[in-house]
Amino acid sequence: MNALAQFQDDFVKALVTPDAALPPAIAALAAQPGFAVYRNTVMKGFIDALQANYVCVARLVGEEWFRAAAAVFARSHPHAQPTLLYYGESFADFLAGFEPAADLPYLPGVAHFDHLWTEAHAAADEAPLTAADLSGLSPEALGAMQLCPHAAARWVWFDEQPIYTVWSGNRAGLEVGEIEWAGEGALITRPFDAVHWTPLNRAGCAFLDACAGGASLGQAAEAALGVEPDTNIAQLLENMITAGALARPSPARAETESAESHPQPAHT
Amino acid sequence: MTTILTAGIGLKPEYYAAAQRCPAPGLWFEVHPENYFVSGGPRLGWLAAIRDVHPLSLHGVALSLAADAPPDHEHLARLAALAERVQPALISEHLAWSTWRGSYYPDLLPFARTHDTLARIVANIGITQDTLGRTIAIENPSHYVNIDGHDWTEIDFLTELAKRTGCSLLLDVNNVHVSANNLGYSAERYLDAFPGAAVAEIHLAGHTLDPNLGNALLVDSHDMPVAPEVWALYTRLVSRIGPRPTLIERDGNLPAFEELLTERDTAHAVMHACLMAEATKVADAA
Repeated sequence: MNALAQFQDDFVKALVTPDAALPPAIAALAAQPGFAVYRNTVMKGFIDALQANYVCVARLVGEEWFRAAAAVFARSHPHAQPTLLYYGESFADFLAGFEPAADLPYLPGVAHFDHLWTEAHAAADEAPLTAADLSGLSPEALGAMQLCPHAAARWVWFDEQPIYTVWSGNRAGLEVGEIEWAGEGALITRPFDAVHWTPLNRAGCAFLDACAGGASLGQAAEAALGVEPDTNIAQLLENMITAGALARPSPARAETESAESHPQPAHT
Repeated sequence: MTTILTAGIGLKPEYYAAAQRCPAPGLWFEVHPENYFVSGGPRLGWLAAIRDVHPLSLHGVALSLAADAPPDHEHLARLAALAERVQPALISEHLAWSTWRGSYYPDLLPFARTHDTLARIVANIGITQDTLGRTIAIENPSHYVNIDGHDWTEIDFLTELAKRTGCSLLLDVNNVHVSANNLGYSAERYLDAFPGAAVAEIHLAGHTLDPNLGNALLVDSHDMPVAPEVWALYTRLVSRIGPRPTLIERDGNLPAFEELLTERDTAHAVMHACLMAEATKVADAA
């Protein structure tokens, strides 16, 4: 191996595993007082990024606890991306197995929610579906239509925990009082510039899962009714449109679909 | 169109609104492109909006040009796409490495300036410039440790890089002050020997004293105002090489935008005073 590659292998070892046995040259380098600046800067970079990306987790546990946990995570999770914008993709899983967080069972769910917020914030821009896009379609055409979730839409169902209530209350800076301990779902959207969030029931999650899987609107409605038989589908669709959860079909796609499989919509 | 850049400010999301409406003449902004490696959303929207009213510079921190590996393809492609989108006036990177064997370490790490590393970095700058279709500027980093085995001084190394690749240089005066202090050499002599003609941009930032070692170890923390010693070095440099686009960098402990604007005005005044002094000399000679 050439000298630069060898140096970089050794330097990294000295950087991330201070107790490791090191070749004499790199051990001498790491023994210089200034070497700690590199260790501190790298660690601070990871911890700051995690704190920026997991705002609600940090607020729930306090800064000191958070930064200590973040340091443990950073040491055990090498990062491949040359940007820290999404740093901590596996932080929720880490917290689920993190012994000191054992008495905070909602923490992984809150971390997952924080991560979905980050994803929504940085997702591709796309025009959201509007009610006008659907007006004038016959019920048959509407039922056969394929609607895709908006690029920035994220949804999640938590079976056992009121994560939406905990997360949204924390995000708004509210003192969360008595919480009914039940499963909850959430929808995070960013139809334009700002990220929004709203509660979402099981039917809404099933509907969006089906849309994401390429189902027609009729099939997605069936999926929603399958988990909650008394779902008002018109209301559900309206809620999705209001939240900006669905993408506006591109003209090319709409044209192909109407030419190939649907009768021409009857415009009024 | 040639844009005349005077003094600029490092742009943080906290400053988006103030930056967009600030009318200061010659004002420009610099961002780390890695913070804009997103598919869409308000960050890119703000950057484009600010780019509509002020020139922009992309200052990379993670291309890892001094790693013993070519720059990451995907990273370069994203950088090129961002450059295409915002048409920056300047693009720069560091004489350092930060990614090794697929892992990223968020810092600017050192190496021995040997003949072999020179060849590697020449190649890496070449790949970068070919991908971007333009030259970039390379910045002198801050140093904290003495490394054995240098074949080149830093200035000769940077000069040679510029000669072989056509890149320009970004001279960070605070880094010179920090490194000279930490490794025990003269910042004045370093600056006096720096090849002025190759300098495309100057950086100014604040530093802090190491909590344990105090003055013996300065840390390039970017979380303080520019220190008086660094302003003195800057004035000395600009008096010798003339004005250059100068950036006030601030990454932590962010003050109000107006406070950075005041520092930026100081840099502006230093450049203006140097120009006036030159003009007076020319007038006297005539």
